[in-house]
Amino acid sequence: MIRLENVAFRYEDMSMLFDAAFPAGSLTAVIGPSGGGKSTLLNLIAGFETPLSGRVRIADVDVTDLPPDQRPVSMIFQDNNAFAHLDLWKNVALGISPALRLSEVQRARVDVALDEVGLKALAHRKPGEISGGERQRVAVARALVRDKPVLLLDEPFAALGPALRRDMLDLVTAMQKAKGLTVIMVSHQPEDAGYAASHTAYLEAGRIVALRPTSELLAATDIPGLATYLGDWRSPPR
Amino acid sequence: MLALGFLGLALAAGFLPVLWMGASEGLARFDPYIIRVLSFTLLQAGLSTILSIALGLPVARALARRQAFPGRALVVRLLNLPLALPSIVVIIGIIEVYGAKGWLGGVFSIYGLQGILLAHVFFNFPLAARLILSDLERVPAESWKLSAQLGFGPLEIFRLVEWPQIRSSLPGVALLIFLLCASSFAIVLTLGGGPRATTLEVAIFQSLRSDFDPQRASMLAFVQLALCASLALLAQRWGGLAQGWPPLRTHARRFDGRSLSACVGDVSLITAGLLLLLPPLAALVAAGVLQLHGSMLLVRAIGTSLALGASSAALAFLIVWPLASLAARSRTWARIAGLAVLASWIVPPAALATGWFVTLISYAGMGGLAAFLVVAMNALMSLPFVHQALGPALAQSAAAHDRLCISLGLSGWNRFRLIDVPVLKRAIGLALVMALILSLGDLTAISLFGTQDFVTLPALIYRQMGSYRFEEAIGTALILGLMVLAFTSLAERWSAKA
Repeated sequence: MIRLENVAFRYEDMSMLFDAAFPAGSLTAVIGPSGGGKSTLLNLIAGFETPLSGRVRIADVDVTDLPPDQRPVSMIFQDNNAFAHLDLWKNVALGISPALRLSEVQRARVDVALDEVGLKALAHRKPGEISGGERQRVAVARALVRDKPVLLLDEPFAALGPALRRDMLDLVTAMQKAKGLTVIMVSHQPEDAGYAASHTAYLEAGRIVALRPTSELLAATDIPGLATYLGDWRSPPR
Repeated sequence: MLALGFLGLALAAGFLPVLWMGASEGLARFDPYIIRVLSFTLLQAGLSTILSIALGLPVARALARRQAFPGRALVVRLLNLPLALPSIVVIIGIIEVYGAKGWLGGVFSIYGLQGILLAHVFFNFPLAARLILSDLERVPAESWKLSAQLGFGPLEIFRLVEWPQIRSSLPGVALLIFLLCASSFAIVLTLGGGPRATTLEVAIFQSLRSDFDPQRASMLAFVQLALCASLALLAQRWGGLAQGWPPLRTHARRFDGRSLSACVGDVSLITAGLLLLLPPLAALVAAGVLQLHGSMLLVRAIGTSLALGASSAALAFLIVWPLASLAARSRTWARIAGLAVLASWIVPPAALATGWFVTLISYAGMGGLAAFLVVAMNALMSLPFVHQALGPALAQSAAAHDRLCISLGLSGWNRFRLIDVPVLKRAIGLALVMALILSLGDLTAISLFGTQDFVTLPALIYRQMGSYRFEEAIGTALILGLMVLAFTSLAERWSAKA
């Protein structure tokens, strides 16, 4: 369970207040208009931003004052997930040791993770020599070796085509189920939520307006702003 | 066409005699003197470059890591200052602090190699810091977040984030500084302090003006041309040349350097940088204010400086405008314009002057041409900057307005008056002011061609220094420094909006 208790934050002239509990061991999508604070929400959980007031708890531990590397969190960004001058293997290995000093067992774990995301053959390429979809897989592999219970995804597949995006969602869902991760995924695509998320939150103007099971939320008529945001889009049958 | 013709003629008149004499007499006259001058040039430029980067890199790192402290913007602007000021002005400040009678007088002699190094580091460590800083600020925000999440320490951050980012641009920065130091004139002339510490650029000047030995000057010019051309071509390849003022960007937030020791380290580095940077500037202002005496000579020098500056700005504009207009519309012309600008960047001023000198002596003699030669040389020196200010703006305007203008039959003077000037007035202003600033600070051209009663502000400062009237030189330097700063702040405002 990730719990934000009256977490207040201010970015330029927008003030935000988050109060929500994200269910443990499941994938929650966060949708809503851009500039509404979706990325800020993830940054607060990961520790890249410090709230003005309120507490952030992960599995009942208050992490509000912990630096990013001491929180049980991995994060995947929209791009720049890999260091361009290091090959894929080293990029993944950084998830285990920042000094790149790995034991035999740890080296094997890197190999396994690369294999799981289908990058085994490309392990010694640089990020510039592979496709955009493959680069995102590097981030997934690194999250695998880090083995943290919380995974945050900040529009990770926005630059990918529909088929690739679906593949990546399958990969993340499989990982979430296998390890029982708590995943929060910010997305611009309601169909991503419909496809992969058991719960979905609707976030607008710095507030989490609603957080419900995905099918319920996407069909809801009582949430202000949601109909305007979704437009003609309707949830496909799951 | 006329502009290109002029440019071609000016460069040819400079190049060809040097190449011709250098090639025909070169091998015979390649004497130990030239070897000695060349090795000293390389030695001082190499040491200056190493020291500037050794100091600039840590200061840039510290500034990049400390993203918000009161006065940070001011410190970053201060880094731009030494290069914006004419070197003769800064030299006065350095002598006032480190000279025999200065604030720190007698600690060491500032004449000879150590003086040259001190002045070059003063000019170039801020340049190195500024360029490396803007490079570090290009690290994507995600990399900092990732480093924080993966728990990188300072060592890993340097090895995995900062160094890879700096590495690709560092050779370009080093070459640029090396080039600036290898062709610096005023510093070596004033602080060299004798024949043992002389560089090619200054040796050319001495051969032409004191020894009347055009042959030796040609040989030196040949070596200087070969050296600077190869360095500039190399640097051009690294893409580090002719930078304007890099804009202040919004920063990607960093999460490292929160520990006390990191804070203390960064603050002391930045303070050390400021301790090198500030005293000469402060000394210049403090001592200069007491020495502001008006004199006819000073007023005449100000008038001459402004007139020459305005003329060379106008000339540079007349050369660049037609070239850039053609370049905006045709690939071939773009390539020709690029080559012409590169050529004017590569040619060391003294080498060019030698060629003109030799050409004119054989045909006409120098009398009466001094003003014209100074204007022409300053215009040529400012071409890369003028082109950089005008070129992109003109290309953009051509893309936006060409079709409408053609359909309305707007062309020539009418198009220039009604469309180009109103649309491009900031870029034109910026180009003119930059040419004016460069010309105002020039000591090379005026030393080579100036005469007893043809004196600009930098020449007046140099003369006052030489005739034991250092106090007056400080006052003159302050006036020149303030004039240049006034124009620079104008240029900065325009470059932010252009």
